[in-house]
Order: sequence, then structure tokens, then C-alpha cells
Amino acid sequence: MKTILTVIRKEVLDNFRDRRTLLTAVVMGPMFGPLLFAVMINLSIEKSLSAGERDLDVPIIGAELAPNLMRFLESKGINAVDGPETVDEAIEAVKTGEQSVVVRIVPEFGEQLANAEPATVEVYSDEADNDARKEARRVRSALGEYSQRLSALRLMARGVSPQVLRSINIDEVDVSTPSGRSGLILGMMSYFFIFAMLIGGMYLAIDSTAGERERGSLEPLLSLPVTRDQLMLGKILASCVFMALSLALCIAAFVVAIGFLPLQKLGMTPNFGPVAAVGAFFILAPFMLLGAAMMTLVASFTKSYKEAQTWVSAVLFAPTLPIIVVSILQVRPAFELMFVPSLSQHLLLVDMVKNEPIVLENVIASAISTLLLGGLIAWIAAKLYRREGLLG
Amino acid sequence: MIRVQNITKNFGAVKAVRDVSFEAPDGKITGLLGPNGAGKSTTLRVLYTVIKPDSGSASIDGVDVVTDSLEARRRVGALPHGAGLYQHLTARENIAYYATLAGVPKAEIDGRVEKVIDELEIIEFADRQTKGFSQGQRTKVALARSLVHDPHNVILDEPTSGLDVTATRSLRDIIRKLKSNGRCVLFSSHIMQEVAALCDDIVIISHGKVAIQGTTERILERTGTDDLEDAFVAAIRRVGPAA
Repeated sequence: MKTILTVIRKEVLDNFRDRRTLLTAVVMGPMFGPLLFAVMINLSIEKSLSAGERDLDVPIIGAELAPNLMRFLESKGINAVDGPETVDEAIEAVKTGEQSVVVRIVPEFGEQLANAEPATVEVYSDEADNDARKEARRVRSALGEYSQRLSALRLMARGVSPQVLRSINIDEVDVSTPSGRSGLILGMMSYFFIFAMLIGGMYLAIDSTAGERERGSLEPLLSLPVTRDQLMLGKILASCVFMALSLALCIAAFVVAIGFLPLQKLGMTPNFGPVAAVGAFFILAPFMLLGAAMMTLVASFTKSYKEAQTWVSAVLFAPTLPIIVVSILQVRPAFELMFVPSLSQHLLLVDMVKNEPIVLENVIASAISTLLLGGLIAWIAAKLYRREGLLG
Repeated sequence: MIRVQNITKNFGAVKAVRDVSFEAPDGKITGLLGPNGAGKSTTLRVLYTVIKPDSGSASIDGVDVVTDSLEARRRVGALPHGAGLYQHLTARENIAYYATLAGVPKAEIDGRVEKVIDELEIIEFADRQTKGFSQGQRTKVALARSLVHDPHNVILDEPTSGLDVTATRSLRDIIRKLKSNGRCVLFSSHIMQEVAALCDDIVIISHGKVAIQGTTERILERTGTDDLEDAFVAAIRRVGPAA
């Protein structure tokens, strides 16, 4: 035990003095996630807000034929502007993306209206274009509203209540809570946490194995009266120390970042205050041993620092796989899933951020299974450290 | 006292060491002399227990290096070829780290570290981080850390390679001092003059086999030459490459 502590202390001190390792562990790893996250959220907020609030300029062919309709559209924030003059031009403009939506009032519009026949309004748009689709939908719904009003007036003029047209009244009740909506976007937080953790321990894991061999300090170390298991365990745990540091910093950075983000504008109130931050740390903590053991194992297999960097980078992406699969399939937390490392941490974290009740058994199952797997890999790493080929 | 009995070590098809036997007694400097690739390092690696022999046995003060490697390591201070230091630690920290790992009681660590720093004349650069140290400074620190637990046996693999004249001389003085303390010193080199200048006993190996061993005089006598270089060449001719 004393030996292991000695190794941990030395590796941590050594790496704390290495500017590159320290920079990666305390700046790059922890800050990258929150920054990227803040930028992404801000962009998406801006986009979704602007689409609904901004006035829409739509070229309308034959606007002069329907002055009342134009007034109505204007009241809905849709302004008629000059643009294509013919149908062909309109189609061309929409196809090339020069215009998102073009509306055409047919020349017979006034006549049809006067005769109480369905009056035709044509809407040109490219439905494959997301933005254009949104704008076209806005135009269509405004037109639909106008049409309903006219119908109601016509019925009243004939002494019929407009109610007859409404046989069903649809009442939509959205039960998703603001925190629940947060879960969707904040779900990616968990990957940033895991990523920051791994990045934090990465250089130490490489330095203490491949780096140690490359420097020629491994052989004298192995000639000391300590077992290789102790050395290996000390190195893995030293990585864990750095990972814990990175994780704590990353979580703190997220707490700060989320305070600055206008999430409520998106109808989200994520549960990520100081208490949840501490909870997140403990949910993720068991992953440290697994991550450190994995990186150390991979790094001790390689022959040089550079080679180790390449392979360990691959390890950084392994934990994403389960998270991606689950995000696509929209899986709910279930007890069985708690046995998949990285995924279980992700699911628990998402639940916590959504302010949903956390099942204690799930937390325990996640922690124990992840720790066991981590222990197993650490054990394998220690066994492999006994190989003679290690010296290269 | 180091005893090697008939050890053999193959790396795949390469027969690195073939049936090597010799003894390195206490209070003497034993030189392992041989051309590059003769099997010197492999033999020494078996002795400081980082690799295991395929057959044969070796012991340090009577402790078997295979069956009781931990105890054998306790009795050995090893300086492997090209041993590196931890660049971000000071010389003193490097030495203290080894002292702790080697099991020096906590209360004694500072004193022991101070003692080797003094003996090896490291004091001038003891509290600097070892990044940028000269080869001579590095070797001294590496040697200091392998001596800090006061081992009775010292194994040095080509300690003078890459050192300039002054550094080599100062290292020789240190090695002689180790001998006068009654320690068993075993060191390897491919430079004859160095071995002749320093060693009491010489073991010449070539192609993984012991070609000849004994004192300088005996080796000259047995090869029928009056020059150690001639003796060296003559001895090497005796053993051919592995069949």
C-alpha cells in the first residue's frame, strides 16, 4: 500500500510539473466541452427564436388583387415584397434557394371570392430545405386562418353558426416539463464529462508507461524491490487522480456555463446546480478506474510515446458508441442497461438533469459493474506488465 | 557476492546467452567484457531480475534471482544501460523516490539521500530538475538512486558510455570507493582499457558464451599474449557464433 501511494505521489507531482500534461488536464479537457456546448446551445436558441419572431418577407405575385388578404398577412408579420413576376420565375427562384417561399394570387382570385367559390392561392417552396419548410408552414397557416375567417363570415351571413364547422375541439396538453426538454440537449453533457475525464488522465497514462520506457527509466524502476503489480496499480490510480481533477473542473465549468445560457427561452430549466454537480461527480466517478485502466493497458502495449498517443486517442471514442446508439434509439433507463459502462452513467445523468427520480438500485448497479470491469482491466494490465517484452 | 550458473536465454531464434557461469566476489570489481551484442546486458538483466533465464540459475548473496526475485532485488543496486531520470523531478527527488520504493525507512530517507549526494558529488545540481542535465550528471544521479538503499551488490551496465574523460574518471573513483566498502561490483563494458584499469577479475564473453575468465595476468598467461587487446581478440576467436 505504501508503495502504491509512493508511486501515485510521484506520478502526480511529475505530471503536475509537465506543462503539456497539466494544460491538457486542467484547461483543454475540462473547458472544451462547456465551451462547445455553450456555442451550440446559443446557436440553436438563436435559430429557433428568430424563426418564430422575425417578420417574414415573402414575394407575392398579384398582391394588388387581394388587398384585404395582404393586410391580414401583414398583421401576422408576413410582408409582401417584390420578387419574381411569373410562375416560371417563382419556381426558378425557389429552386435555386434565392427565395424560400413565393406566393401567387391567381388573376381570378377576386372573381372567385365574389362568387363564393374556393379562391386559389399558390405557395411555392422547397420542402427539402428545413428553413424554407418552416417559412412555408408559417405562410400556409396564416392563409388557413384567413380562409377560416372568411368561411365563418360567409356562414354567419347565411344565418348559420360557424360552430357547425367545428365538430371536434382539439385540446393539446403537453406534459413534458421544462426540465424534461432540457434532457434532450443536455444529454450530450455526459459525453463531454467522460471525454474531459479521459483527456485529463491520458497523458499521465501514456507518460507512466510508454513514456517511462522511452526515457529508459522503466528498467531501473523494475529492478527495485517492489512488485510490478504495485507499480502498475500506482500508475493507474495516479491517472485517476488527474481524471478526478479534470472531471471536477469540467462539471464546475458547466455549472457556470449553464448559468449564462438563456435556456429558459427554449423552455428548459435544467437541474444542474451545485447539488446536482456533486451528484454528477459521484455518478461518473466509478468510470475513472475503468478509463484509467483502459488507457494504461493500451499505452503499455505500445512501443513509443507517439504510438501510445494514437492508440489511446482511439480509447477516447469508445465510450461514445453506447451513448450514440441510445440517443438514436431513445432508450429509457432500465436496470439491465446499468451494466453497460458509460451508458449507465449517461442515462443516470440525463435523468438527474431532467429532474426525474433517480433509482438508487440503478446508481449502485452502475457503480459496481463499472468498478468491477475497471478492476478486471487493471488486473489484466498488471499481469501484462510482468511480460519481459515490456522492456522493448 | 553474485553467482551465475549455466544460464541460457533465447529471444525467439536468437541465442543471447549460452551456458554462462561466473562468480563476482565481495570486495572486488568484476568486469564483464565483450563486443557489442555479446550477451552482457542480457546476463546483467537476469541478475537484476527484469528477465528470467530459460535455464540455469543465478543468485545474489545466495538468494535465487528467479524464485525469490524480490529479496534478490533488495540486495542489488542496478544501473541499466542508458538509464533515464524523471525530467520534472529534481535530482534529489529522483533519488528519494527510489529510496522510498526500495523500502528505506521514512526517518532515514533524508539522511541516506544526503549521503549519496555527498559521496557522488551531486550537491551542486541536486535541487535542479533533471531536464537538461549532461550525460555525466545524469549517470551520477542514476547511480546515486540505485545506491541509495545501500545495496551490498552493485551491477552497472556500460556506465561510462557517453561520458567524457573527467566524468569517466570520477565514475571510476566512485566504483573503486564502492569496492573499498567491501561491496561486490559487477560492471560491463566493451572497452578493454577501462576493464583493465578497473577490474580485479575479468569475464570475457562473446556470442553469448564465456570465452575466458580470471585476473588480467591469468588471462594474458592463458592466451599467450602480453597485451590485453590481443588477449581479448584471441579469446573471442575461441567461441564461434551459435550453431
